Amino acid sequence: MAYDNAEQLEEFRLETRKWLEANCPASMRTPMKDDEVVWGGRHATFKNPDSKLWLDRMGEKGWTAPEWPKEYGGGGLSRAEARVLEQEMRRIKARPPLFSFGLWMFGPALLEFGNHEQKLRFIPDIVKGKIRWCQGYSEPGAGSDLAGLQTRCEDKGDHYLINGQKVWTSYADKADWIFCLVRTDTSTKHEGISFILFDMKSPGVEARPIQLISGESPFCETFFTDVKVPKDQLVGRVNGGWDIAKRLLQFERSSISAGGFGGTGGSGILGPDDYAKHHVGIDETGRVADGDLRGRIADHKMYTKAFALTVQRQTEQAKAGQAVGHTASILKYAAAKMNQDRHELLIEALGTEGLGWEGEGFDKGALKATRQWLRSKGNSIEGGTSEINLNVIAKRVLGLKEHQ
Amino acid sequence: MSFVLTEDQEMLRETAMAFARDELSVTHLRALRDAGANGKDAKTRQKLAELGFFGVIIPDEPGAETFGLAGLGQILEAQGRTLAATPLLQTALIAASTLQLGGSPAQQAEWLPKIAGGEVTFALALDESAHFSPYSVATEAERNGQGYTINGLKKYVPDAHHADMLIVVARTFGESGDRHGLSLFLVPRDAKGVTISELKTVDSHGAAHVTFENVNVAEAALIGPADEAADILDPVLDRAAIGLAAEMLGSAQAAFDMTLDYLNNRKQFGQLIGSFQSMQHRAAKMFIDLEMTRSCVGAALAAADAGKSDIAELASLAKARAGELIHLVSNECVQMYGGIGMTDAAEPGFYMKRARVQEALYGSASWHRDRYARLNGF
Repeated sequence: MAYDNAEQLEEFRLETRKWLEANCPASMRTPMKDDEVVWGGRHATFKNPDSKLWLDRMGEKGWTAPEWPKEYGGGGLSRAEARVLEQEMRRIKARPPLFSFGLWMFGPALLEFGNHEQKLRFIPDIVKGKIRWCQGYSEPGAGSDLAGLQTRCEDKGDHYLINGQKVWTSYADKADWIFCLVRTDTSTKHEGISFILFDMKSPGVEARPIQLISGESPFCETFFTDVKVPKDQLVGRVNGGWDIAKRLLQFERSSISAGGFGGTGGSGILGPDDYAKHHVGIDETGRVADGDLRGRIADHKMYTKAFALTVQRQTEQAKAGQAVGHTASILKYAAAKMNQDRHELLIEALGTEGLGWEGEGFDKGALKATRQWLRSKGNSIEGGTSEINLNVIAKRVLGLKEHQ
Repeated sequence: MSFVLTEDQEMLRETAMAFARDELSVTHLRALRDAGANGKDAKTRQKLAELGFFGVIIPDEPGAETFGLAGLGQILEAQGRTLAATPLLQTALIAASTLQLGGSPAQQAEWLPKIAGGEVTFALALDESAHFSPYSVATEAERNGQGYTINGLKKYVPDAHHADMLIVVARTFGESGDRHGLSLFLVPRDAKGVTISELKTVDSHGAAHVTFENVNVAEAALIGPADEAADILDPVLDRAAIGLAAEMLGSAQAAFDMTLDYLNNRKQFGQLIGSFQSMQHRAAKMFIDLEMTRSCVGAALAAADAGKSDIAELASLAKARAGELIHLVSNECVQMYGGIGMTDAAEPGFYMKRARVQEALYGSASWHRDRYARLNGF
């Protein structure tokens, strides 16, 4: 449905509002709890049954992926309608029904590079949250130099055979399928990479969680030993995977920075200014007593505001048809800095209250802030390090030349 | 909020960019400096008047559409690119805004058309110390039989060395530091008792200390109600900070473009210096800051035109970010130019000198950070 005037769009808004009122359960209009985030998949668990109801209803309508084509189960909405949906969901403070690498990264790339059969086969299950995807990119010897990846993919006539190892595979131990970069030609670098999909239940796949400094294990080492993959699961052409890989990284960087790594906080964590007032104290006018800390918190808050305005400006300019250039790297760099600065300030403002690990004696929000502070160190590493993003800006945006 | 300019604003921007490039280049500023003009440039004032740049926020008739502060911001950004010394910030923005926000109908009728036509220029005489502190005003205006008598000293007043009129912030009640008790007065530069001491400044734009010694003005010279000038001054200073931030954005962009050009041409060790990663990363970081500052300036200009309630916060955001940006970019410009950057023959030095003046006027980055914190309750 395409609405070409404001009146029709207003009609869509009213319908949407009505539908959301009727279909969004009351508990889904409260702030998200950490243990109620829905990632979907075959093994999905729903601590709150309303989460399942909400996902099923939204998935059925295709509104988990509002702008994806209807024929693949998406919402088929125009950009303007999708914005209305977004506004209406915000109006009632509706939770996102689904968190998903399929929605954020793989789906957009498959819609661009996949064939019709692949889209029919994989996209609807992403929209409905039935299949949870993980990303097989980094390897022990291929981090920032991603194109140096060595996981082998051999053509065995009626199937492909995969051998190798991936690392930093987010939630590989919980995912159903993997989109994976593999080497199909060893005689060349970027031109010898292919983009392939397979089931994590396939014989020969093993995922081992890695414990991080924050105590959590969101990432895995993933091993492939003689994994057989049907030939129709290779996306695009053989040795043509690098273009898909790069495009997907843009989606990844955009999705990371759109949320600013969740930089506006998590449930139970106050802002650095609030913690500073409480733990550092206030002066006679009610301001944070430590002027230096106050200035640095203000600087951070201003950076955060400038970041939000930049996202908004780029959205408006894109809408108006103006070129906005290579923005994903800019926003990814800035989002990482923003979130890391925020957590350093939180920990500093909390003082020793922010140095607990677990158990009694510490505020729950503070304990969480501590873990998130440690986790935030990864923000400038994952999804392209800050240094790599600066390289991309220098070369592709500013046109600075390579070393000869 | 709109970051997208209207078609008219876009055309104005193009005109202003072309004018600055063709007629107000840094070479022009250099020539003025070498001739000892100290920022006084009657010919440019005439051309700005012909282009209509003085009247960008003044409606042709009451209630008519204007280009708005967003339009004027484009002109200020353009003049920032080439460091042009013009009366636009003081006259087209500050004086016009002061009269629009606080002037009586008679004052508006008398002065706004003359401003729009470029027939009269103004300077806001505010600061009394070396740092921006808008309520720290000790200059006194005492009631006399027919009006007021002004006594005091204003420091580093931009454009006061060539403006026709002064808008003087004076105290009619209370003590220096009080928000209450300030009043605004229109004072001709040649009024009896006004002494203008011209200053040769580092940016070659010039300025002046202004002394008021028993300067008598009529009741009609008072803008807005006595003692309550802060209510006019606060929004005027927010607009001034936003306008100056737009100018600084232009300066930073030009200094950055120039630096990038140098990185892409200068060779050492048989390599373009811009191919070294230490240069590339610094350039990329500056570019990110530029983009983010552009968003802040755009948002502040749009908020001012829309009369939004968060204009003070956005003004501080824009001025602080622009201050940090131009500080970094002007320093890096000199550094990356190497020895050439230290020479008077090259342009980086001009940008660095002007940058420090822009940073100081209407509140430094640190002043605005502190204010931003206060506005946000910490």
